[in-house]
Amino acid sequence: MNAPSDTIVRSELPAQADAAAARSAVSWRRLRALVTKETRQLLRDKSNLMVGLFLPVVLILIFGYGLSFDIRNAPIAIVTDDTSPTALDVLAGFYLSPYFSVTQPTSMHEAQQLMLNRKVDAIVHLQSDFSRQLAAGNATIQVLVNGVDANRARVLQAFAQGAISQWAIKRAAAGEVSAMPVPAVSLQTRLWYNEANNSTYFLVPGLIVLVMTLNGALLTSLVMAREWERGTLESLFVTPVNSNEIIISKLVPYFGVGLAGLAMCLLAGKFLFAVPIRGSLLLIVAISMLYLLVSLSLGLLISAATKNQFLASQLALITSFLPALMLSGFIFDLHSVPAVIRGISRVLPATYYVEALQTLFLAGNEWGLIVKDGAVLVVHAVLLLVLTRLNTRKELA
Amino acid sequence: MSATLHRILILIRKELIAVLKDPRSRLILLVPVVLQSLLFGYAATFDLNEVPYALLESDHSGAAKDFMAQVDGSGVFKRVVELRNAKQIGDVIGRKQALLVIHLPPDFERQIQSGRGAVIQVITDGRNSNTGNIAAGYVGAVVERFNATWSEQHGQVRPPLRIENRAWYNTNLETRWNMIPSLIAALSMLQVLMLTALSVAREREQGTFDQLLVTPLRPTEIMVGKAIPSILIGIAQSTIILTLARFWFGIPFQGSLVTLYLGLVLFTTASVGIGLALSAFSATMQQAMLYTFVLLMPMMLLSGLTSAISNMPQTMQYLTLANPLRYAIEMTQRVYLEGAGIAVLYNDMWPLVVIAAITLPTAVWLFRHRLV
Repeated sequence: MNAPSDTIVRSELPAQADAAAARSAVSWRRLRALVTKETRQLLRDKSNLMVGLFLPVVLILIFGYGLSFDIRNAPIAIVTDDTSPTALDVLAGFYLSPYFSVTQPTSMHEAQQLMLNRKVDAIVHLQSDFSRQLAAGNATIQVLVNGVDANRARVLQAFAQGAISQWAIKRAAAGEVSAMPVPAVSLQTRLWYNEANNSTYFLVPGLIVLVMTLNGALLTSLVMAREWERGTLESLFVTPVNSNEIIISKLVPYFGVGLAGLAMCLLAGKFLFAVPIRGSLLLIVAISMLYLLVSLSLGLLISAATKNQFLASQLALITSFLPALMLSGFIFDLHSVPAVIRGISRVLPATYYVEALQTLFLAGNEWGLIVKDGAVLVVHAVLLLVLTRLNTRKELA
Repeated sequence: MSATLHRILILIRKELIAVLKDPRSRLILLVPVVLQSLLFGYAATFDLNEVPYALLESDHSGAAKDFMAQVDGSGVFKRVVELRNAKQIGDVIGRKQALLVIHLPPDFERQIQSGRGAVIQVITDGRNSNTGNIAAGYVGAVVERFNATWSEQHGQVRPPLRIENRAWYNTNLETRWNMIPSLIAALSMLQVLMLTALSVAREREQGTFDQLLVTPLRPTEIMVGKAIPSILIGIAQSTIILTLARFWFGIPFQGSLVTLYLGLVLFTTASVGIGLALSAFSATMQQAMLYTFVLLMPMMLLSGLTSAISNMPQTMQYLTLANPLRYAIEMTQRVYLEGAGIAVLYNDMWPLVVIAAITLPTAVWLFRHRLV
């Protein structure tokens, strides 16, 4: 400014406003330079690529081939002191069932030892006078399960019930109607969107949520904190670069890595695991980009606020990754948790992303849900970006 | 020998000060453990209550009313909407208004009275097939109860075959009982591994590790001095979670504390070994953290924490054998709920010793011979 000294005093206020505007205006040249710098930094360190690209592959393999909620070949012990054809007939369902893999200890004591040592998950016990009792119309089959894994135990109980009902139905069909009365009410269950009852169908959308969370929050949480710890952010302050440019340049490269992760997951879901995509692929990509932005901004905010890598990584884990796994409704249903925890899960962006992805993959374009989830994510993104901007002022603490 | 001990003690003191002097670090070691135990303790359950359901009822007979009274009285279901026709099912499930739809056929009562039996249709939201199955299972239980009452009231023949179900260790089959003891190991490992991974990497990044190497401390002594503070912190965290499990959630502790702590010490030592080896391998703190994370994720997922190991294909099951968390979760569950002793848990303990015996010397070697 070439104004004489007395005008400086008078024009101080407008000049400050001008300077502020200049400080927040984004210059493409500077931005390009910064993005190049950040991208090089990202690519140079192999650990970034390990998390950004290698970890998603590992997760795809684990989720697709490892994790499963479908019980097959559960080891059970059958103890029968009755070797009559009737008893064997009742038990046939257990031997033929794909859910059980049967061992036959000779005594109840031996079976209990097997259960104590976790060699079997359940014991089915027929007493020595089983067929006589059955003829008298008063027989009992004992089903003992190890209740430590309660969910598994309950499913095994249901399978055992099923195996025995099959026998009853067979007998009734063979004409022995009086032996086994038809139950007053029977149940016909249909599992919509996943008729095959394959848990991979909900694990793969969940996997995408985890990969997006990881790439976003964890990687970026370290970015700014590292520069604070090393003092390199201070060197950036003395350059003409402004805060907006710093934030954008740190988002862009990680956004790219996140998209690469998304592409890998989608390809694996479609071609390796044959998960149906019933909604629009475009919507899946769009809402994923939105969530990626939320998760990147969360990471940057943590990074800018803590200025310390250990704290930042712990906070990123605690606020983004673990809740995405445990509180988002991905594995554990949210209807059954206490109100406080439901409240917390409703604040988490992951909850809405999980809902949107599961719906888009399996149910189709349910516009009502998708628009709601998208809107919530937009609010999250804006809020987090504003907070990050406020935490990234060019001044020393 | 006493000189060695003296040197190690000094290093331990220095490490503990380095970790605990910053109030923010102290908070981050305490608050998340407590918060997460509470959050996950309540959230991580497969037991359902307040399942929102929609009713499509074409029959307003007495039998239908009786049945629905049993559904509503079970304490599990909450009726959110009544449908008028089957076309509405798609909307109600699709928009997640209801998790399931119960459909009673028009001639429900007549079919029961005719002796042929009535069929109730249950349509569940399969977007999370696990939850869908569990919810359908609950309806199944109501149906069974209804059938028993019906045949009793209408003087039908009692079924000649009865199944007597009993569950060991967890009589009411509460999934929380299974989840919370596993957290004793899992939550403390999260932080211990991260903390240890940073310990050497931080000194390397700041250049103080070279100084440490030229002191009279031998590499093994450095390793011991860095391992013990992390082990202490890990055990302290486990103790907090154990206290919450026992006194906040009121889950009865069946085993012996000595066995549990022996197992936890072995487990934490194995985790610290992994953390130190990674730390010695990394050039910067960022690398240490990200490598730890790359390892931590599969370890958490393949530990049996969220889905049972026995459901996995055989090759994946072999992979879990190298995962210390797998043994720790099995061990804490068994001591806690089954009251298992060392004789039974031996098989979960020796692999932890092996893991520690491999990783700790590797860390010592890497102190001086970094690969990259």
